[in-house]
Amino acid sequence: MLILSALITGVATGSMYGLLALGFHVTWAVSRTVNFAQGSSMMLGAVLLYGLAVTHHWPGAVAVVVALGLCGVYGLAVERCVVRPFVARKSEAWLMATVAVGIVLDNVALFTFGKEPRGMPSPLTRHTVQVLGAGVYPLHLLIPAVGLGIAAALALVTRYTVYGKALLAVVQNPQAARLVGVRVETATSAAYLLSTVFAGVAGILIAPLVTVSAGMGWVFGIKAFAAAILGGLDSAWGVVVAGILFGLTEALITAVLGSTYTNILSFGVVIPALALMPHGLLGRAGAQRV
Amino acid sequence: MKTARAWLALTIVTVALGALALGAGPAAAADPVKIGLVAALSGQSAASGEAITRGLTVAIEEINGKGGVLGGRMLELVRRDDESNPSKGVTAARELIFKEQVAALFGGIDSPVSLAIVPIANAEKKPFLGVWAAATGITRNGANPNYVFRVSAVDVIVDKGLIQYAAKTYGAKKPGLMLINNPWGESNNDGLTKAAAAQGLTLAGVEKFQTEDVDMVPQLSRLKEAGADSIILVANAAPAAQVIRSLDRMGWPVPVISHWGISGGRFVELGGPGATKVHFVQTYSFFGEQNPRGKHLLELLMKRYPAVKGPADVIAPVGTANAYDAMHILARAIQAAGTSDGPKVREAMLKAGRYEGLIKTYDPAFTADNHDALNENDYVMVRYTDKGEIVPVKGK
Repeated sequence: MLILSALITGVATGSMYGLLALGFHVTWAVSRTVNFAQGSSMMLGAVLLYGLAVTHHWPGAVAVVVALGLCGVYGLAVERCVVRPFVARKSEAWLMATVAVGIVLDNVALFTFGKEPRGMPSPLTRHTVQVLGAGVYPLHLLIPAVGLGIAAALALVTRYTVYGKALLAVVQNPQAARLVGVRVETATSAAYLLSTVFAGVAGILIAPLVTVSAGMGWVFGIKAFAAAILGGLDSAWGVVVAGILFGLTEALITAVLGSTYTNILSFGVVIPALALMPHGLLGRAGAQRV
Repeated sequence: MKTARAWLALTIVTVALGALALGAGPAAAADPVKIGLVAALSGQSAASGEAITRGLTVAIEEINGKGGVLGGRMLELVRRDDESNPSKGVTAARELIFKEQVAALFGGIDSPVSLAIVPIANAEKKPFLGVWAAATGITRNGANPNYVFRVSAVDVIVDKGLIQYAAKTYGAKKPGLMLINNPWGESNNDGLTKAAAAQGLTLAGVEKFQTEDVDMVPQLSRLKEAGADSIILVANAAPAAQVIRSLDRMGWPVPVISHWGISGGRFVELGGPGATKVHFVQTYSFFGEQNPRGKHLLELLMKRYPAVKGPADVIAPVGTANAYDAMHILARAIQAAGTSDGPKVREAMLKAGRYEGLIKTYDPAFTADNHDALNENDYVMVRYTDKGEIVPVKGK
């Protein structure tokens, strides 16, 4: 029961790492840049939802849609103001710039949302359900479903729709894509929008299980980046699988050895894993085909 | 319009200068006596820092209203946020001592922070008053002379009380310990283990968790498998709330008796309905029959803080109650010492006579070998209501 319960919570947390990592993947695939502060984008989703639904008593569904919409707008702003100007000058400074924007966002949230962590009420954490004798909240089961669902949807969209194919064209060869009429800038903007919305979804889903606070995304974002690197930034399924594995590893270490060892061991595993599989779990060396 | 304002300003300046000239004695011109506070003013225990601030502020305004100390010097509170972080607390304490030149320091909820400040207070000869953090080693620190005093619970005594309460109220024979993994948890590990042995109880086990942990099912499952019939919980509000959530998920209705860290934050909001079943220890309750001091303090709080409409709105009440009594005891000692000089104030603290305070009548508050003003007779057992109010447990 102990191990089973750890497995279920591990998969739930891991799918959220996966979802954030998917955000790293989409922007990397299209533009070879990422928003390093994905954790802050995740915090933004949770804090906005808390503000709208709890503080201002908006209906839950409306609050979720508006919060995610605002996350998307934030993503567009990050790309336009912090990433594009540096990329245009062939500078790598977008890396530090996105970190800086994340820190600014965290601190703005600290002033507006407050310094005290708050609890996000959710109809999905009110009662427990029994899964093979282990008690879990329905939310624990919903989270992996949403995470995998989004990964699957992304895979389908890129493979079978015009927009998806346009994105893939940008990935393969921006110049050629431009020649055949694909707008590279628009594709990059879209990738950033998607990336931040994914992070917002992760924040909203995980919030009722943890606490909502300005600093909630920081460590989460770093773990997600570890998952993204482990999975191979070029592989959508790779980063999701790596996220889930990372969550599972953490949960099992906590269950067996105690949480004192969790960060030491789970991050410790990352280094040999990268040494053995430099292109990620599902990545292929130098693969440019799609 | 502009002229009117200029005239008004000129009048104010003239009146102020006149007042200075007329009333000018050394007293009116004298510097304030600064009182430092290093506590968690942000983060998961922010409520504790606010509660201590309120207790100190109300006491200081009372004292200043009666003419201050040392012949008319006003007391002035200088606060610093330690963010529950010992290294930030140490920096803040040094700044208050060296830059702000405070006469004395007050500490906050976090034992690790207070334990880190203790050596500085003793080295710099500044009285350091604990009004929340309960780790035994804060006052019993081995220094001579010892500049650390406390008007608050002491782990070693609370631990005895918690074990006895578990045995008496729930017939516990095999309690399991759930402790935060920091020096405060360690202080209680020691105290609870000894208390259980003294009571003739065996512990089902000792489990630890981190402040950021969100899933305590593994630790609780181990205690359950070891046959625990009750849980003794030592943690601040946020991680303790996750313990309650994990119990809820396990569907394990075991009685939980808690140290008072949970009263420093939003325990019920974070922990859900299960949080109201937890019984925990306090040094004072603003509910029920109040002594004259209690009635008076409640009135002062309601006047000073409009959000306080009754006893239920006194957030983190122990912080306010302990800080209020401690500030009065310190002010009396400064007055008796005739100076704000550290060593003299320390001596005066030990010589202070009977004082009718809020929590009890201190007679005296401190002695040379006991720097803790409160003991097991001063504790009350309480629980949260679903609205987050702290009320005494009925029938006890």
